[in-house]
Amino acid sequence: MSGSILDFVPLWTGILGLGVCLYVLLDGFDLGVGILFGFMPDTASRNLVMNSIAPIWDGNETWLVLGGIGLLAAFPLAFAIIIPAVYFPILVMLLALVFRGVAFEFRYREADHRTFWDYGFGIGSTVATFAQGVVLGAFIQGFKVEGRHFAGSSMDFLTPFSLLTGVALLFGYGLLGAGWLVLKTEGPLQAQARRLGRLCLIGVVLGIGAVSIWTPLMDADIARRWFSWPNIAFLAPVPLLAGVTTLWAWRAFGGKAEATPFIAGILLFLLSFLGIAISLWPMIVPHRYTLWEAAADPNTQAFLLVGTLFLLPVILMYTGWSYWVFRGKVRADEGYH
Amino acid sequence: MTLDPVVLSRIQFAWVIAWHILLPAFTVGLASFIAVLEGIGFLTGREIWQRISTFWTRIFAVSFGMGVVSGVVMPFQFGTNWSRFSDIAANVISPLLSYEALTAFFLESAFLGVLLFGRKKVPAWAHLVAAVMVAGGTLFSSFWILSTNSWMQTPAGFEIIDGRFFPKDWMAIIFNPSFPYRLLHTVAAFYVTTAFVVLSVGSYLVRGGQFAAEGRIMRLLALGFLSLMVPLQMVLGDAHGLNTRDHQPAKLAAIEARWETERRVPLTLFAIPDEAAETNRYAIEIPLLGSLILTHEWDGEIKGLKDFPREDRPPVAVPFFAFRIMVGIGILMLGIVALGWVQWLRDRFEAPWFLRLCQYSVPLGFIAVLAGWTTTEVGRQPWTIYGLLRTAHSVTPSLTGADVLISLLAYAGTYLVMFSAGLLLLRRLVRKGPAPGTSPVEGGRPRQPVTAAPDMGGDRP
Repeated sequence: MSGSILDFVPLWTGILGLGVCLYVLLDGFDLGVGILFGFMPDTASRNLVMNSIAPIWDGNETWLVLGGIGLLAAFPLAFAIIIPAVYFPILVMLLALVFRGVAFEFRYREADHRTFWDYGFGIGSTVATFAQGVVLGAFIQGFKVEGRHFAGSSMDFLTPFSLLTGVALLFGYGLLGAGWLVLKTEGPLQAQARRLGRLCLIGVVLGIGAVSIWTPLMDADIARRWFSWPNIAFLAPVPLLAGVTTLWAWRAFGGKAEATPFIAGILLFLLSFLGIAISLWPMIVPHRYTLWEAAADPNTQAFLLVGTLFLLPVILMYTGWSYWVFRGKVRADEGYH
Repeated sequence: MTLDPVVLSRIQFAWVIAWHILLPAFTVGLASFIAVLEGIGFLTGREIWQRISTFWTRIFAVSFGMGVVSGVVMPFQFGTNWSRFSDIAANVISPLLSYEALTAFFLESAFLGVLLFGRKKVPAWAHLVAAVMVAGGTLFSSFWILSTNSWMQTPAGFEIIDGRFFPKDWMAIIFNPSFPYRLLHTVAAFYVTTAFVVLSVGSYLVRGGQFAAEGRIMRLLALGFLSLMVPLQMVLGDAHGLNTRDHQPAKLAAIEARWETERRVPLTLFAIPDEAAETNRYAIEIPLLGSLILTHEWDGEIKGLKDFPREDRPPVAVPFFAFRIMVGIGILMLGIVALGWVQWLRDRFEAPWFLRLCQYSVPLGFIAVLAGWTTTEVGRQPWTIYGLLRTAHSVTPSLTGADVLISLLAYAGTYLVMFSAGLLLLRRLVRKGPAPGTSPVEGGRPRQPVTAAPDMGGDRP
């Protein structure tokens, strides 16, 4: 509790926001690939689809660990309230990630036919995504808090709204996954990814639309944030840009572009993220604690900041290198069949 | 029967950490071993080293995958079940956990992809660098997580304001009194565990005959390494014990089942501690040896449990027996290493019975690690932060017994499925052996449409 002149909270908010964004985008596309895995027509394409993420999924999932621990480090009070409130969705997510993660190593031994671990991979990815969406919905709605603790029951998370966000995220990650597959595959498989991508895009638009209407209706503060003058003038570009991006993504999935579908999907995610941040700012435990109230001791923030500012760019560099090593299309050996 | 969320949360944490720790116990040592094999292969250019490395990398991939998924579970336990502990201790422990993720997890995962899938996609030196980075990552990870654990055992460098911990001196926090001992003792235990697995698998391959050349190299490397490490580990364990006597006397009293504070205490080889009557039954003791071992003096004083209020004492039977299992295995390991030298000098190193003995020694390290971990963690009770925060005051307030029972059963079922499947797969990989002409893993542009299949086609580079 040392008095510090420097306010690290905005910086930590930025770092944690970056971490969450990177997690959602990176693990988002490989969970999405897992969701689409079940829709692949044959074993050969399933193997190829899995190969496209095998070398990188584990690095992507590391951002989840960083997100969890980063929340504990930067905003411990929020961690201590939010995580207990979503006890069961977190449990379901972790167990689903277990099945999906080991499937990479476990299934390849019998990659020529469908095994338990094929289902483990597809269903695990789907369930983990849904659980993350539920966590998001429960978080936006807020929790019953007394003092420094969550005071509700472990089933409070279960509401129509959180179920909606769960389903919406399935389409969202599916969209990213389809974008990735368009980038990494070719031929009939790519055509299939384009079709699935458009399907997901419809779901995403419906999901974003429903959440955008429901949230201000549910919460007067959020309604005021968006619709009062002059906010509405400044904030209007966010939904407008989202609309334009949607059209761009629709055309990209339908056309010949290889990278654009993925980029458009990412942009749509970033805009949604921005929308949520605008709605909730400056709260980290909605309705209850601001970022500043929930922040760690300045001494803790400073000690961790020194290393993070050095390590994060290094991590991004070698992660980028590992993606570079595996750049280009994945191809199956022609002689295999 | 009422369901107590504290007891159930403790069982749940014990369950998920016990399974998880088996994997670092193996992969920390194996990553270093692979880096050494890759290094020798790179320098000598001899093909057999690369073949052995590839064989172990395949096994590493499966183990590491299980380590990752069971490891992701761990930080969330702090939030789901121990949120009061998180709120109270976060200012001190969270940077240590964060630095683990930042210095270790990303390093391991990014370079693991290159190690597994990149042999043909990057130059040989870059592949070696990837192996070294993965090994370094596992050691950095051990450093930070054991620092965190040690701080909970022997807290230092903090102040308490309004019931919460605040950092005062980061060097004192990271290098808290038990940390150097715990770090060395644990990492040495991981290395020994791995070396016994290598010894076992090498012996199995020699017995099978087809890959006897590879098996021979593995056995020699393992036995040579263990000849240094097992005695060293005993010295480190002794030093760690002295440290425990200084900083956690109640834990030492429980480990030795000493009830009265005394000098010239005997060494209790076996007993049934009776906590209600505060005495031991059926004790088998050697006079004076207890003081000598625990204090390095014939008349050294050992504190007894009766010096501590009942509510501040750890359980006695669990640390008492767990410690004896750990030490017993240590002595057994020393015996196997000594026997190895005898057999070597008699030129009977590959006597069938000795090969079989080596092969069956595979679980020794794992059991010792689990027993040691149980000793230190149960011995810390009834505290999460030693002497300052009780376990009963650390649990999430909103949880009901039923909540935790459901999650505990879910973890139990999932882990049983996952770990049995993993074990079967590892056994199959060992049985296949380091078959030549099987490049394990080539992602990106694979010759075979499988993520890491070693068994179909593909010549080595």
